[in-house]
Amino acid sequence: MRFDRRLITHFEWLLPLLALAVSGLGAMTVYSATHAPGTRGLSPLALRQLLWLAAGCLAMLAALVFDYHRLERSAFVIYLLVLLAVLAVPAFGRMGGGSRRWIPLGPVSIQPSEFMKLGLVLVLARHFARTYERGLGLRAAIVPMLATAVPAAAILAQPDLGTVAILGIVSLTMLMLGGIRLRWFVLLGVVVAVAAPLGWPHLKVYQQKRILTFLHPEMDPLGAGYHVLQSKIAVGSGMTWGKGFLRGTQNHLNFLPEQHTDFIFSVFAEEWGFVGALVLIALYVALVLRGIVIATRARDRFGVLLVLGLTATVFWQAVINVGMTTGLLPVVGIPLPFFSYGGSSLLCLLVGVGLTMNVSMRRYFF
Amino acid sequence: MSTRAVHVVSREVPPEFQLRMAVAVGVVFVAFALVGLRLWYLQVERGTQMRVFADQNRIRLVRVPAARGVVYDRHGEILVDNRPSFDVVFVPEDARERRRQVLKTLAGYLGDEETALHQAMRAPGKERERFQGVVLRRDVDWQGVVALETHQLDLPGVSLQVAPKRYYPFGPLAAHLLGYVGEVSKGELAGGDGDGYVPGDLVGKAGLEKAFDADLRGKAGGQQVEVDALGRRVRVLEEVSDLPGGTLTLTLDRDLQEAADRALGEADGAIVALDPRTGELLAMVSHPSFDPNVFARGIRGAEWHALVEDRKHPLNNRAVQGVFPPGSTFKVAVAAGALEEGAVTPFTGVTCTGGIPFGHHFFHCWKKGGHGAVNLHKAIVESCDVFFYQAGRRLGVDGIAEYAHRLGLGLPTGIALPHEQSGTIPDTAWKRRRFDQPWFEGETLSVAIGQGYVTVTPLQMANLAATIANGGTRRRPFYVKRAVGAEGRVLEVEPEVLGEAHLKKSTLAQVREGMRDVVMTEGGTGKKARVPGVVVAGKTGTSQVVKMGEDRARANRGAEVMRDHAWFIAYAPLDAPEIAIACIIEHAGGGGGAFAAPVVQQVLAHYFDRNQGPMPPTQQANAVRPPTDHAL
Repeated sequence: MRFDRRLITHFEWLLPLLALAVSGLGAMTVYSATHAPGTRGLSPLALRQLLWLAAGCLAMLAALVFDYHRLERSAFVIYLLVLLAVLAVPAFGRMGGGSRRWIPLGPVSIQPSEFMKLGLVLVLARHFARTYERGLGLRAAIVPMLATAVPAAAILAQPDLGTVAILGIVSLTMLMLGGIRLRWFVLLGVVVAVAAPLGWPHLKVYQQKRILTFLHPEMDPLGAGYHVLQSKIAVGSGMTWGKGFLRGTQNHLNFLPEQHTDFIFSVFAEEWGFVGALVLIALYVALVLRGIVIATRARDRFGVLLVLGLTATVFWQAVINVGMTTGLLPVVGIPLPFFSYGGSSLLCLLVGVGLTMNVSMRRYFF
Repeated sequence: MSTRAVHVVSREVPPEFQLRMAVAVGVVFVAFALVGLRLWYLQVERGTQMRVFADQNRIRLVRVPAARGVVYDRHGEILVDNRPSFDVVFVPEDARERRRQVLKTLAGYLGDEETALHQAMRAPGKERERFQGVVLRRDVDWQGVVALETHQLDLPGVSLQVAPKRYYPFGPLAAHLLGYVGEVSKGELAGGDGDGYVPGDLVGKAGLEKAFDADLRGKAGGQQVEVDALGRRVRVLEEVSDLPGGTLTLTLDRDLQEAADRALGEADGAIVALDPRTGELLAMVSHPSFDPNVFARGIRGAEWHALVEDRKHPLNNRAVQGVFPPGSTFKVAVAAGALEEGAVTPFTGVTCTGGIPFGHHFFHCWKKGGHGAVNLHKAIVESCDVFFYQAGRRLGVDGIAEYAHRLGLGLPTGIALPHEQSGTIPDTAWKRRRFDQPWFEGETLSVAIGQGYVTVTPLQMANLAATIANGGTRRRPFYVKRAVGAEGRVLEVEPEVLGEAHLKKSTLAQVREGMRDVVMTEGGTGKKARVPGVVVAGKTGTSQVVKMGEDRARANRGAEVMRDHAWFIAYAPLDAPEIAIACIIEHAGGGGGAFAAPVVQQVLAHYFDRNQGPMPPTQQANAVRPPTDHAL
């Protein structure tokens, strides 16, 4: 493979800078969320997050050195490998916080469901890139729906409602952008509306409780509604300028649940206020818009759909997570991308950035 | 560069895709705009309110109860003190949905009934503010402290608070005078007594603790404490220090009190000793007693019921709340009145043959064979009832009442103790008021020997002895000599004169000599009260609980509740009195001379033995001995 100078001239700088900015803020906030008052130095979790960030950067670079079209060929294989890992979780998985999501690998634990987000985007991008010519009727939607439903069912059993929700919504986004005819979405809506009441009894009690609590948050301020309430108080009490780094009382006095994972945005918003939160939101907007711009400039359908899928993953997770911590959406376990503590998630997202850069750099190659 | 396998697509995107991309971009903007609006709403629009919520979460106002004032006896010995107590405080909001479980776990660690904790939760709970702690148990022992400290994680909302606890180093000694403390009640909070108190605070419930509560209680301080989500203290943000209560110095003499307590022994009854020159209370014993420390650590239901339902009412201060017929000790008042009004003179003679008939009754003298020829002196010394029947008839019941009142009977003494009783001094107006009946003269005979409707408290009788001793000045008995506020304000309590008995010198001399010889002569009924080297004046009394005619012996062998009370009142030394004393032994089963006089003797002996020494005995006393002394 001859080195092409255009790889340099078309190198994508903005996207990784934005991603690293958010990741940096995230690691800083993980530090705040896990910092024990009176101690010096990094908390173990913050250190781990930084190590994962470093590993993620390497992975990001690894994801852009090869031509992404190779991925189109191997997309299905990658998807199957990840699916195998997901299916292996019940057998080899480690329990944590009431669910089994992690596979221990030496000193670290891997969360296969995070990789599934990547695997699904790959396989759907490949599917829609290839089915384009054959028309986009309902039949074109069957494979994507199956490809989503199988891992979703396995992950729901872990249980991890948040990841399932993300897989579903990203899959829907790709169906939409892949070009499935609109009437089928209407039909799908009807199916969901019918299926939801049927699926309700199969949810775990705490999941049902969360949805009910979202609908009536004041119903039980000390019980299930407590988390949302405390999160809203944390965000709101940051006011315009915030309480200052390491000074969030809701965070440090443990009124916030899941401070370093799902509710990390509340920690950030409490300590940096409305101004800080807006800066962070602006970074996400820039990330997502940059992704869309790269997608529209991509050379082929696979590149377009791959980048759109990756961007959609970031977009939906960010919006749903912030919506949930501010009481706009029900509490489901969805991390804030690049920001929440979690190695697998960060690694996969940075690989996604690498792939997007890959597509961007190779947009003029014919 | 390999491009072979690529699905080559036209760079032109189909119009449909372009539309969908536009929608996608729109969705992105709308979604983030909604999030931004939400943030603006929470952080700017409602930010101040949310900040308040956050502060309410983490900041607790903790009352730091002030240490109640220390109480000293007249020589500076500590009678009431404070010591640290570990109290279990529970903030139910911090336990959230685990409340019941926490209480259950806690009950296990404390070895308590779970229901007891629930009760403690409910008692003051209704007016409790959110996040205000409830004191579930006071004064946990160190095992409990260790258990709670090590299991803090199982017990969200539970904390230990060090608070000053009332400590009475002498336990039951003078318990009735000192009183006790307890949690402020709803009634006290509603009334004026509750000023500055909040539910859960300790307030004086009886005795000095109640009467001087305002001086003793001080002012509670406060702390702003930061707590974490489990209600555990993180740090103190701000502190307003408390103002400890004022210290009180009593007139009470702890040593004498102990002697009196010992002298009374296991008997039920009361002893009151006053300084007749000032009205200072030197000792006040009431038996049976109780241990006020039990109240300080928080009395349990069963203990409280046992105290309240005890037939002998150990919580009652017999010295001021017990009313008893004074029996022959009342003759002091009758003698003074009869002399003053001329109903009798020192030379009036009466022959006692063991009783007199009156109406359809025969009124016995206590001495079966009679006293023979009796004058006033001998009637006091030997306590002849027949003489006083006659003297009483001549003075009339209203005359008796007049002098009884002048000597302080039938009225509260005005001592600063709650629930003081006045007793009863009957007269014709009283009888009409009370029973709507005229006075029968036969009743006067009973009154003349301190029976019938007449009732008095031991404190009144001690004050009567003091009034005779000091020449007829009725003083308000008091027991707090000095109060020193925390801010340094000193209040010295001045003795207070309530009234004069207006008795002639000769009257006083006659009564005093009679009382002297009650103790100092062989024929005196109170000779067991003699103290070597001191001239003691006194008067015995035996008050009947049930009328059984002359057969007192049978009554006194019978059930305890039917036995006679034994009285003795005294003062000493005769010519320069320093101490006046009254003693009653309930249901002693015999006369004051046999039972109460020896008790008083022990108290006086202790007093004079310890004090630098009594006045030298009694040349002047011999000089004024009346000529009729042994003549009749």
